[in-house]
Amino acid sequence: MIEVQIEARQVTLRYFAWLRERTGVSEERFALPADVVTVRDLMTALQQRGEGFAAAFAQPDAIRAALDHVHVKSHTAIGRAREIGFFPPVTGG
Amino acid sequence: MSVRVSEADFDVSAEIAQLTAGQTNIGAVATFTGKVRGEAHGRPLTAMMLEHYPGMTEAELQRIETEAISRFKLTASRIVHRVGTLQPGDNIVLVITCAAHRHDAFQALEFLMDYLKTEAPFWKKETSADGHGTWVDARASDDAALSRWRPKNI
Repeated sequence: MIEVQIEARQVTLRYFAWLRERTGVSEERFALPADVVTVRDLMTALQQRGEGFAAAFAQPDAIRAALDHVHVKSHTAIGRAREIGFFPPVTGG
Repeated sequence: MSVRVSEADFDVSAEIAQLTAGQTNIGAVATFTGKVRGEAHGRPLTAMMLEHYPGMTEAELQRIETEAISRFKLTASRIVHRVGTLQPGDNIVLVITCAAHRHDAFQALEFLMDYLKTEAPFWKKETSADGHGTWVDARASDDAALSRWRPKNI
């Protein structure tokens, strides 16, 4: 008998500005839940991780994301991305 | 062509001299310097903290610079952006564009700043006199400024 074990894929999550402050985390390794397909799905999953994350991700429309350092829309599939960054709209310059 | 993210201050003259040394195809050099204002929303500001996304910031600035070079006839360019804690009056950002003629240098400068403001991953936090820190909100006018560079018939 062949036993097939599917391990949850590990990704790096990074948080910036007020997302970093509210979650209390700047960078972490995270096992992607099997039902998470898009960036928006991931935000919904992260909301469930306690008070700080619930506060940080309370308004997903106010949050921007990047997959492997490239800006993406929240409906984008995470695919094989290794790093997902979450941050507010940028204010440099 | 170069981009740099740094805590250190920059010297505009030294940056221009280094960028243009030995080049004879440059007829116009345009620069933009962004600085920290001493007030925000009518209140005195004591400090400004600039955070960024290491790795992505450099990639985005290079992407924006490459786009500007292909769009305008630039012969040299440089973007320097500071991070960390800054005081009112301090320099924040420097953009230098060099071209054969002034029109390309001016246009590319505005293009680069409009894209930098809306796509480069930097975030400002202002500290007021009472020590209270506030993350700066993105401005709708910055997004509007970007639309003029996009094709109109799509």
